[in-house]
Amino acid sequence: MALLMVRDLSLGYDSRAIVTNLNFTVEEGDYLCIVGENGSGKTTLMKTLLHLTSPLSGRIVKGDSLSGGQIGYLPQQTQVQRDFPASVMEIVLSGCQGRLGRRPFYSREDKELARQNLKRMGIADLEKRSYRELSGGQQQRVLLARALCAAGRVLLLDEPVTGLDPGAARSMYELIADLNKEGITIIMISHDVEAVLDYATHILHIGEDNFFGTKEEYMERGAGKKPAKEGGDLA
Amino acid sequence: MIAQLGLYLSYPFVRYALIVGVLIALCSSLLGVTLVLKRFSFIGDGLSHVAFGAMAIASVLRLSNQMALVLPLTVLSAVLLLRTGQNTKIKGDAAIAMISVGALAFGYLIMNVFSTSSNLSGDVCSTLFGSTSILTLRPLDVWVCGILSVVVIAVFVFFYNRIFAVTFDESFAVSAGTAADRYNLLIAVVIAVIIVLAMNLVGSLLISALVIFPAISAMRVYKSFRSVTICSAVLSVLCALLGILISILAGTPVGSTIVAVDVAGFFLCCLAGRIRGGA
Repeated sequence: MALLMVRDLSLGYDSRAIVTNLNFTVEEGDYLCIVGENGSGKTTLMKTLLHLTSPLSGRIVKGDSLSGGQIGYLPQQTQVQRDFPASVMEIVLSGCQGRLGRRPFYSREDKELARQNLKRMGIADLEKRSYRELSGGQQQRVLLARALCAAGRVLLLDEPVTGLDPGAARSMYELIADLNKEGITIIMISHDVEAVLDYATHILHIGEDNFFGTKEEYMERGAGKKPAKEGGDLA
Repeated sequence: MIAQLGLYLSYPFVRYALIVGVLIALCSSLLGVTLVLKRFSFIGDGLSHVAFGAMAIASVLRLSNQMALVLPLTVLSAVLLLRTGQNTKIKGDAAIAMISVGALAFGYLIMNVFSTSSNLSGDVCSTLFGSTSILTLRPLDVWVCGILSVVVIAVFVFFYNRIFAVTFDESFAVSAGTAADRYNLLIAVVIAVIIVLAMNLVGSLLISALVIFPAISAMRVYKSFRSVTICSAVLSVLCALLGILISILAGTPVGSTIVAVDVAGFFLCCLAGRIRGGA
């Protein structure tokens, strides 16, 4: 069974639809990239997948391995976070909050998991540093480590390279690609289509005409579409 | 001076004032960090005005225990304010401004029209600036204050990790299965309790200072959430102690003296932060 199946989904605010008839499927190990213009509803789609907002209509079917809070989320950073007084460890550990249950404090295992994920991101030496003193790339790695603490199998990344310089962005993409090779399913929002085509296995384009397919299909369609600038709804 | 202090400390009402002052300072500083970082500072300010209005009603009704009316009313307003801040399209701060200024006006109106007290402006002034009330505490007040403080501290310690999670990143917290709405509500209710407690100490106009100054000062010097929280608690208690002692010795109003010490503490922390950052 697929990890995630979306059927006839419509999204929007206050019953005004901004995306309609969205259909796509995510299998285990996929690297799905969601592209589209600003304001086309990418972030709304992601929030819907996380149950932060509810869809206008349609269904989201989750596979057995995805029940509960098994999705690790990397939100776009807010201004408040950029100068938030917190140590790296405190933030990564907060990724374990779903595992707390009724306990008030984090256990030794939680802390061990946090350290492992810091190591995985190559920032084990930053553990005691303050988050607001880190570079943009380091901050993103901290938030990625936090997402990994929340869920080891699926990651939802919202514009993970925004505000990073080209070098840091490249190494962020490499890091995500490595995680995908380890078997983690990646769902990523980006407006940087050129860069993601190097890594993604599937593309979901939302906007005037929705498209879902493998990267190869997307490139073929793009090549054939350019002169005519028309095309049916391939979804 | 030491002898004079010793003499004052032999009076029970001075000891009560010190105990209550320390407890209130401790409680109010705990959530200050969250309040400042969540941009909730204005809710604290609005609630303190609501508490003033409720206090006016309570004193006109000649209730023996004013807390019994003020506390529920303030908690209710906290819940309402949080709702309006989240769901409506009208900016939350407009609603808060309306409620707080309205409560202030009605409070004074009620006091003015119905009060039988001969010293009206003195009553209003002490409710706003807490000039004398801390020195007239009865043992019952001390107990109520002590119990509420223990509850506030226990709630804070127990939910510390979740409060941090909701403060740092609400969307992530929700995605990880934390009921962020519930914790926002909890934070608002605890703030309301703290404000009602702190009204005894510094009066309703100066409460925000007690909540916000220690947090901002601590954020200048320390860099992790835990150390900022601990530092702001320690700082707040020290400033309150110092403020109360100065006010006893110099005969200045308690509330404004404490806040003045808090302000001085803030500038010291700024300086300390500079030196630490530069080294």
